[in-house]
Amino acid sequence: MAHEAAHDHHDDHHHAPQGFFQRWVMSTNHKDIGTLYLIFSLTMFFIGGSFAMVIRAELFKPGLQLVQPYFFNEMTTMHALVMIFGAIMPSFVGLGNWMIPLMIGAPDMALPRMNNLSFWILPFAFALLLSTLFLPGGGPAGGWTMYPPLSLQSGSLAYAVFAIHLMGISSIMGAINIIATILNMRAPGMDLLKMPVFVWSWLITAFLLIAVMPVLAGAVTMLLTDKYFGTSFFNPHGGGDPVLYQHVFWFFGHPEVYIMILPAFGIISEIIPTFARKPIFGYRAMVYAIACIAFLSFIVWAHHMFAVGMPVGADIFFMYATMLIAVPTGVKVFNWVATMWGGSMTFETPMLFAIAFVILFTIGGFSGLMLALVPADFQYHDTYFVVAHFHYVLVTGAAFAIMAATYYWLPKWTGHMYSEFWGKVHFWCSVVFVNVLFFPQHFLGLAGMPRRIPDYNVAFADFNMISSIGGFLFGASQLIFLGVIVHCAFFSKKKATDRVWEGARGLEWTLPSPPPHHSFTVPPVVHDEELAHGHVSD
Amino acid sequence: MAQQHDIYYVPSKSQWPIVAAVVMFLTMFGAAHWLNAEPGESGFGKTVITLGAVGVIGMFFGWFHSVIKESLAGLYNPQVDTSFRMGMMWFIFSEVMFFGAFFGALFYIRNFSVPWLGGEGHGVLTHQFLYDSYSGAWGAAGGNGPLHVGGPFSTVAPWGLPLLNTVILLSSSVTVTIAHHALRGGHRGRILLFLGLTVLLGASFLFFQAHEYMEAYKELNLTLHSGVYGSTFFMLTGFHGLHVTLGTIMLAVIWLRVLKGHFSKEHHFGFEAVAWYWHFVDVVWLCLFLFVYIL
Repeated sequence: MAHEAAHDHHDDHHHAPQGFFQRWVMSTNHKDIGTLYLIFSLTMFFIGGSFAMVIRAELFKPGLQLVQPYFFNEMTTMHALVMIFGAIMPSFVGLGNWMIPLMIGAPDMALPRMNNLSFWILPFAFALLLSTLFLPGGGPAGGWTMYPPLSLQSGSLAYAVFAIHLMGISSIMGAINIIATILNMRAPGMDLLKMPVFVWSWLITAFLLIAVMPVLAGAVTMLLTDKYFGTSFFNPHGGGDPVLYQHVFWFFGHPEVYIMILPAFGIISEIIPTFARKPIFGYRAMVYAIACIAFLSFIVWAHHMFAVGMPVGADIFFMYATMLIAVPTGVKVFNWVATMWGGSMTFETPMLFAIAFVILFTIGGFSGLMLALVPADFQYHDTYFVVAHFHYVLVTGAAFAIMAATYYWLPKWTGHMYSEFWGKVHFWCSVVFVNVLFFPQHFLGLAGMPRRIPDYNVAFADFNMISSIGGFLFGASQLIFLGVIVHCAFFSKKKATDRVWEGARGLEWTLPSPPPHHSFTVPPVVHDEELAHGHVSD
Repeated sequence: MAQQHDIYYVPSKSQWPIVAAVVMFLTMFGAAHWLNAEPGESGFGKTVITLGAVGVIGMFFGWFHSVIKESLAGLYNPQVDTSFRMGMMWFIFSEVMFFGAFFGALFYIRNFSVPWLGGEGHGVLTHQFLYDSYSGAWGAAGGNGPLHVGGPFSTVAPWGLPLLNTVILLSSSVTVTIAHHALRGGHRGRILLFLGLTVLLGASFLFFQAHEYMEAYKELNLTLHSGVYGSTFFMLTGFHGLHVTLGTIMLAVIWLRVLKGHFSKEHHFGFEAVAWYWHFVDVVWLCLFLFVYIL
């Protein structure tokens, strides 16, 4: 901005949103950038979802009917990459962007311009990734984990690798911003152990992101040089080892799993106290449990690789370390239930999703415990049991939490109430069909159906058909979600109050709905009784 | 750290983030297109990379120009300063983890994959059936794997150029610290002298590194293709060299900014950020010297 005179450079408080381009593309406003993140992730949710529909359509009955096997493999790969890096992670960043400054009494994110950059990298990164579907060689089809040597055979590996580099840069910058915001921008009186659990969960998630996204960048860089520059990292002829890739990848991959669930824990820990009208049970225990899970996430990665042939000592270490995670996770589930216990509960849509989260995520947690057992995993590895497990934690876990958060904060964002009726319709359709979709996959997996295969033994036909029907209906139900959001944002007549929910506590509910362009221009005074559940001494 | 600040500062809108996103995309897209092209096919990849790279340089110039201008106008309060510091610290932490991935690969290869291919413990059958003549030694004896990928090679002796480079980088860390003390004491001449010395040391490190690479390629037959020894050697030292290059450029920019009088005794975060980065690059080198060259 060389042409600007110095007097134009004073800060952004007094600038109302100007033109469309100025407001949305050059933004330094955490709410606008948060909105962009959320719209982007919803778009990616539907793109990734359409890939899932292709997968379920092909698996509707045995035999090949709709797509070629290579295209099927592209779909499984792209579905995962788009959902993980395009839908779930950006929506958490969007929620963090919107809510963290409001919750801690900050004017904005600590580094607003970098915030804008971390968002704007994403559409370009996904353009790069999705364009591979239209390239002559086809897109990456070796699974989202991109294990060599298979992944090295896909023609467009370079596109996928550079797309992942861009996504990594975006995530790291987003995470740095969130840490700096939480540690540096809190209003006076907002002590660390008074922060809402959602803020805590994001602080720890951001640390995980900065720690592991560079490791993923390193792993895919080694893939790139192995394919295009003649290095031998994963080539035994030259002294390398394909298993090395799996170690480096899962050193990233397991913390990544928690990156996709810890903010969800935070969201649920906001919603349940609101609708149970009780402070959260065991605030400190909740915070310590998140930190504990984050620490354990660094020492369990090889449980993804039990079947690869590691020394027995390694198998045993990673098995026990993995089972340990059940302890802090159990603390969290216990505390959510204990928060509801004896509360005067009401069941608005966010609460319904939150309760469904607690139950269904716990199912995913239990199947995870089964997978943690080395001898059992030899049987379950790479079967539909694994698919069922991680969809229970990622769909009924992460995605349900994001939906709960959307219903919970939508009135705050838009200033209008969404349609409670259609919200509930969306909830009941989702919760029923998601179980029709994923529950039978447990049985398929235990019976031995492998994942990432376009065709299967006729013995698996019935459960696959049930699963596919559930899949189509679950997919269709999400159109209701879209409808509710669009209606609330543009057509709803019902004004939201500042507090929105009777039992809501925390700084964000003291602001008008929608909050002004800049929430706090001077640090707000934090009253303990207004704090989100953090003022409880326990 | 929740201290009292009179008023919050939020920077004005800026076109640089979107410019940055576009030029980064161009660079990556160009690189992908170039790598993905069929052999002999002349794509537009290289043109796009060049465009993107020039754009990235221009973007950095423009973005920093506007930030420096705002800083000189006194817009940044202590809270903003702390945000910048945290940003730089966590950025360096992410860099540490990036190098961690490659060091981790090196340790795994040296402790597991190469010995296993040589028949130790876990790899006894692979060794017997596939590679029964392979010793699993490291260095010139077996670092390029059972099939001697890339042909016979010799390793770089640690006590020649690498030792010199170690001395150079360590002294540069000292000179940059002296410059920092001079800055806090307000001795302009001494800052310029010692910061300039740091830039020169950085540049001479790069010169010797380039010389070492040429020697490795021409005389030792140690190349990027020399099995996993060559892979780890060049990727680790190469990424480090890249960081030294960036660090040297950053130091040079800071030297020019000192010349222009941008920094005061109290207000010189730009200087400190680059100094931190330089120390980080230095520590990485010490690890490289130990694990790649000596051991």
